Amino acid sequence: MTTTIRVGTSTCGLAAGAEAVYSAIDAYLHRRQQTIELQRTGCLGACHREPLVEVITDSGATLYGPVTPERVRPILDQHFGPAARTIAPDWVVSRRADKADYPFLGRQVKVTTPLCGVIDPASLDDYLAHNGYQAIRQTLGMSPDAVIQIIKDSHLRGRGGAGFPAGLKWEITRKQPGALKYIICNADEGDPGAFMDRTMIEGDPHRLIEGMLIAAWAIGATKGYIYVRAEYPLAVKALRRAIQQAHEYGVLGKNILGSGLDFDIAIKEGAGAFVCGEETALMHSIEGLRGMPSMRPPYPSEHGLWGYPTNINNVETYASAPAILLNGPTWFANLGTPKSGGTKAFALTGAIKNSGLVEVPIGMTLREMIFDLGGGCKGGRPFKAVQLGGPSGGCIPAELIDTHIDYEDLKATGAIMGSGGMVVVDDTTCMVDFARYFLTFTQSESCGKCVPCRVGTRKMLGILTHITRGEATTRDIDKLLDLCQTVSTTSLCGLGQTAPNPVLTTLRYFKDEYMAHVEDQRCPAGVCPLHGMADDAAKMDEAAAQVEVAI
Amino acid sequence: MSSQVKEASPRRYFYQGDPLLAPPAPDLALILDRHKGQPDALITVLEELQEHYGYLPREALEYVSRALGFPLSRVYGVVTFYNLFQLNPPGRYVVRVCRGTACHVNRSDEILKKIKASLGIKEDETTPDHLFTLQTVACMGACSLAPVVVVNDRTYGRMTPEKAVDVVEELAAEAKEEPSS
Repeated sequence: MTTTIRVGTSTCGLAAGAEAVYSAIDAYLHRRQQTIELQRTGCLGACHREPLVEVITDSGATLYGPVTPERVRPILDQHFGPAARTIAPDWVVSRRADKADYPFLGRQVKVTTPLCGVIDPASLDDYLAHNGYQAIRQTLGMSPDAVIQIIKDSHLRGRGGAGFPAGLKWEITRKQPGALKYIICNADEGDPGAFMDRTMIEGDPHRLIEGMLIAAWAIGATKGYIYVRAEYPLAVKALRRAIQQAHEYGVLGKNILGSGLDFDIAIKEGAGAFVCGEETALMHSIEGLRGMPSMRPPYPSEHGLWGYPTNINNVETYASAPAILLNGPTWFANLGTPKSGGTKAFALTGAIKNSGLVEVPIGMTLREMIFDLGGGCKGGRPFKAVQLGGPSGGCIPAELIDTHIDYEDLKATGAIMGSGGMVVVDDTTCMVDFARYFLTFTQSESCGKCVPCRVGTRKMLGILTHITRGEATTRDIDKLLDLCQTVSTTSLCGLGQTAPNPVLTTLRYFKDEYMAHVEDQRCPAGVCPLHGMADDAAKMDEAAAQVEVAI
Repeated sequence: MSSQVKEASPRRYFYQGDPLLAPPAPDLALILDRHKGQPDALITVLEELQEHYGYLPREALEYVSRALGFPLSRVYGVVTFYNLFQLNPPGRYVVRVCRGTACHVNRSDEILKKIKASLGIKEDETTPDHLFTLQTVACMGACSLAPVVVVNDRTYGRMTPEKAVDVVEELAAEAKEEPSS
């Protein structure tokens, strides 16, 4: 076995300075005339320890982080140097190939991200060496109905948030009349605080292509689109390169692998509109229009892109398919709960000690996720709540921390599974201000097509702003609840229907904080600029500085 | 007196002065030619144009409308719908403060406030010397490094209000040293 050094160079790694580390390692190896393979990989998931460097030798694997250019020499001297050096123990993340000594990585079960941080995303050979494009070979030998049955048996549910059974969706689209069908991958990861799709695409783009190929065969589609955010330039680049390689390898194009399947994928870059994550708005955007949603039904499966039957899933859903085909539906189903199979990736961020991408079996509790993997709150501060599903989701308070991460259990709390954003907040976050933050977002991202969302979110934001300034009365809270009801039941699309969720859940679990603002003009977390100080900017800054000192 | 002249001169003026009669700039033509006849090309073309010019000049939009066969109103409608598109030329450094959830929880509002004060401009404005444009962005997807500030293509992670102002001031000093580039 050769010795390999891997440097994580996806967006998070680069932002932390991975490029300088890569150059330093390159220079070190050059100077030592060592024949060691230096590899650029995607993100291993432990973003809080970026830049990450993994050294794999015959005797095992050691993961270091955060690595700076100055730390490169002592670290590499340990492995290749003339004399053994000692390094600070906190530079080492894990000394095992399976990462069992580092729970954040060791307790993950990776179905869609096993190769992120392991292979060079620019290398098709790397993907092929890890069973790449084996699942599609197997798939092409089966009937489309058999493939759909396997997906159904795996209990795979749509990972975009709503959790519609994927196999059923594929079947509905397959059964539509007409020869022309489309499949779309929704990679418009608009939820602030979410980066699962970015990590998957940057780290292992071929898996998504293979998953889409499986869907194309099952559904009978000839053309696929990947709608990806323009804010992810590295992901777009990785996809373009992977599609080009797939063409050369013969898994995209005409008569793929001699099966008679014709399939091609085009990339559509989004242009910065949150509402385009909604499937009908997304299709309008692909068609070159303003990304406004339209009424459903008809659903895209029946009447989609340019009126043709269209299957829309998100990145993680498609990326689950290759592993399901290779390992069998029972294996996948058994990873999760009886109702939903497999794993779910989350972007664990906020006031958490270990932040990054985590993929865990569905059914794990929030406590395991936040404390065992996440290591609790930064600086040992008390855990207050966790927000799931971004602006469409809700807050789950500390007392419900034993909730299982499952579509149904999370829904019962008022939150949703969502696409995977998981933002942890500690006692320095004011829940009223937090709800106001989400409303500011949905209000500015509302496309303006329907009145409840356009006007309702604005009115809700107004009331929340009043509360945070200590200018509201208890009647305003009743009004707010009333508006929540109206906006969620009468809005046209998911954006408006779910916009009240952050308000509803914070009102449900943190009503005392709202009341402190309203009745005592007091912000328990010390965040809100309350009445009497509102117009005095100097005092506001002073208050903020005091909060910082307290932290 | 001379109604004929009155009739003729504005028309002549119109045609002679119409910039769209002249062939588009070669780079513009290159972008348009690649996508002619594609009904879904509009957003892609606009993205490529913005990549090329840094913003969307009115004249280029008029060419796009004519070349792709859409009314200018529809082109304008699409441009104003999406946050990415800019109708005004940006400064040399586009400073984007991430307002994602993870950044918000880590107090990115303070960073925005300090940068605003330091540059003396509001969001979506450009400094009079065309050096800085300030924007906010919904989420850069680099949440584990929150709070994040992005300047052009470079991402700065784990920012504080003070560090962010330092970054801006360093760039301003750098620009003074080499004003030509």
